[in-house]
Amino acid sequence: MNLQQHNVSDNNFEQCIKCTVCTVYCPVAAVNPDYPGPKQAGPDGERLRLKKFDFYDESLKYCINCKRCEVACPSNVRIGDIIQAARIKFSRKKPTLRDFVLANTDLVGTLSTPLAPIVNTTLGLKPVKTVLDGVMKIDHRRVFPKYAFGTFESWYKKQLSKQLSFSKQVSYFHGCYVNYNYPQLGKDLVRVMNALGVGVRLLDKEKCCGVALISNGFIKQAQKQARVNVDSIRKSVIEKNIPVIATSSTCTFTIRDEYPHLLGIENEDVRNGVELATRYIYRLLSQSEIALKFRKDKKLRVAYHTPCHMEKLGWAYYSIELLKLIPNVELVVLDSQCCGIAGTYGFKKENYQTSQRIGEALFKQIEEAQVDCVVTDCETCKWQIEMSTSKHCEHPISILAQMLDMDS
Amino acid sequence: MKFDTIIIGGGLSGLVAGNYLVRHGQRCVIISSGQSALHFSSGSLDLLNFLPDGTAVSHPSTSVAQLVAQAPAHPYAKLGVVKFNELTAKAERLMEEWGIQLEGSALKNHYRVTPMGTLKPTWLTLKEYAVAESENSLPWKKVAIFNVAGFLDFYTQFVVDEFRKWGTECESHLIHLPALENLRKNPSEMRSVNIARLFDQTENLDLLALDLQREAGDVEVILLPAVLGITQTGTLKYLCQKTGKEIRVLPTLPPSVPGIRTQQRLRKCFQDQGGVYMLGDTVLRAEKEQDRVVRLYSYNHGDIPFVAENVILASGSYFSQGLVAAPDRVYEPIFDLDVDFVAHRNQWYDLNVFARQPYHGFGVKTTADFRGLYRGQMLKNVYVAGALLEGFNPIKEGCGGGVSVLTALYVAEQILSK
Repeated sequence: MNLQQHNVSDNNFEQCIKCTVCTVYCPVAAVNPDYPGPKQAGPDGERLRLKKFDFYDESLKYCINCKRCEVACPSNVRIGDIIQAARIKFSRKKPTLRDFVLANTDLVGTLSTPLAPIVNTTLGLKPVKTVLDGVMKIDHRRVFPKYAFGTFESWYKKQLSKQLSFSKQVSYFHGCYVNYNYPQLGKDLVRVMNALGVGVRLLDKEKCCGVALISNGFIKQAQKQARVNVDSIRKSVIEKNIPVIATSSTCTFTIRDEYPHLLGIENEDVRNGVELATRYIYRLLSQSEIALKFRKDKKLRVAYHTPCHMEKLGWAYYSIELLKLIPNVELVVLDSQCCGIAGTYGFKKENYQTSQRIGEALFKQIEEAQVDCVVTDCETCKWQIEMSTSKHCEHPISILAQMLDMDS
Repeated sequence: MKFDTIIIGGGLSGLVAGNYLVRHGQRCVIISSGQSALHFSSGSLDLLNFLPDGTAVSHPSTSVAQLVAQAPAHPYAKLGVVKFNELTAKAERLMEEWGIQLEGSALKNHYRVTPMGTLKPTWLTLKEYAVAESENSLPWKKVAIFNVAGFLDFYTQFVVDEFRKWGTECESHLIHLPALENLRKNPSEMRSVNIARLFDQTENLDLLALDLQREAGDVEVILLPAVLGITQTGTLKYLCQKTGKEIRVLPTLPPSVPGIRTQQRLRKCFQDQGGVYMLGDTVLRAEKEQDRVVRLYSYNHGDIPFVAENVILASGSYFSQGLVAAPDRVYEPIFDLDVDFVAHRNQWYDLNVFARQPYHGFGVKTTADFRGLYRGQMLKNVYVAGALLEGFNPIKEGCGGGVSVLTALYVAEQILSK
């Protein structure tokens, strides 16, 4: 037997040559010396953990799972996966009530949307923030995303018959954010897809992708929700031959890569059937005669921000190329760097300062770019940018929708 | 995704070719599987330090004729003496244009200081580094070397011992700053890059300036490890003005702060001119039509192919997996281009680690104009540049940087002349 051909792990652990390039690009290690950095927390620590589990170090909780270490690694080691898998396997820290509330975006969204005006006002009150900070350890400086009065799904019900009338169809994984916080993005997607001659349907059953459950340690629940989603995706992609598109880069990344790598949920048969809307549209426009018509009366100068999971997917190109297609949109591409929020991470009191320091360079670049708004594919980046800069932030699909010429 | 030229590999070679092509109006993409070997740069580019027969070289532009005679498969031999000299001059000018401040010339090697304090010949060195014009003396009579307390990737005592051999008076000092103490809480992160981030903040740089002024005395030059300027430029200049002293840096063990800055500068320059840089993606397969590659497919982009007139393969050597050593063969993983290597594994290496290692000389076979060969047949639109080429030994000949830069410029010129 030739041993050299039989030493390959799933995460390329043994390919690490200790070059430290990952740590150079780690946004957390750059600002928080309590985090040992991806090399130490990942492959270096893994060597010890393989020997004995009590070499596990709780400081791995500082990893924000941005995967920028993996993008930088010259040896294709899945450093972020090694760290997250170690947390899942070895962490003995139990999630708190705060973690439960932050992680269960589905449940909290369902409870909040019918009472949206009250919930939004209440969460903005100073005494409430003080209590949340003191009791729940949710930082009082954090601005909460607003809940919508009525979900995207309830709006969509009235669109169903029109959507089914299109001969070409996609299934839309809307995610919690579109459903509970910002149905407008979902409406924009329907508008753009319809303009391309494509009808939008929903999956039979959609659960939160589970990214916040994974990062907060609710693994069993994440696996349960992942199975529901993968089953629904299979029905669409395999049984009906309808591809699945999403607008959130993190939901997309989680379904495609975190399900098999971290949750052990196989998706090989449908992985290529799940993608971002901008990539779907890019392909459609480059492979067909279809063209979009844009308004001439409106001008915009925008800056594109590449979210971490978009960087990992490598798909910022599609969003950027679509924005470049719009004649009256002037585009600045910001340096690809982490905004610091990392989902629920930045909401936690103990992480607030790290979160804001990570984002500093990006915020500065945004303020200097002199744009009307920032464009990005990630909802939590949007919250962070809107809270930390003077600019508001839109999804590329919303920019397309705003600039479409619907009269011609 | 349509481009004029697809460049596989985002290191020195790929970036040089990419910058040259976008400057001449081409639409280019660079696909880079992770960050490049520039992150380990000494701060210098070597052109030619020794001939293949071991003769030391002091004037590369004249000695290259002897190299051509000794090693006909060498990339420099394929370029020829005239082209070699034309391209070295061009590279010196272009690097300056792209914002990389270098000193040195192909006419005559100068000498860089290694992390061990010894002197080695080289071609171009980033201007902030300490260099010597002669191989057996330093330009200073009296120097002070500072290290950051707790920084383990820089060994002042080695440098002091070597410098004293050259008759240079030399004292070492330690830098203690409150901000650095915070960093020391985590010894594994006491790295050049993290230290550089602290010195990018003016308040820490001002404290450093005070330290240097107080401790250095009447030396001609202050030498620091290369831990200045990772997100900022002009850090060293600021420090010189603040202290009123001449300050130069010496290389540290990796990661290399000036190397990373060089990589980022070249990448930014490429992107500012419309180049697309895709990091963290791997080209998986190529589709050919007759003797041309027409489509490339990558891990990230799945069914959406890269389409272009030309492809430059600048994927580096073993480190970046441009070449892969399997137990029984050395191969090029993307196109399976023909690779020159010796058949028997026990002849790949010499047990004496300091001897010439045959595996360093293995590489992709090309035509005289650097087009790749597949089973003996030329692929008409696939050009090969940089570390994965056959016919040279970057360690023994001291020519790795030169091969990367010159072959990249050469293939870019070929593409533009079509």
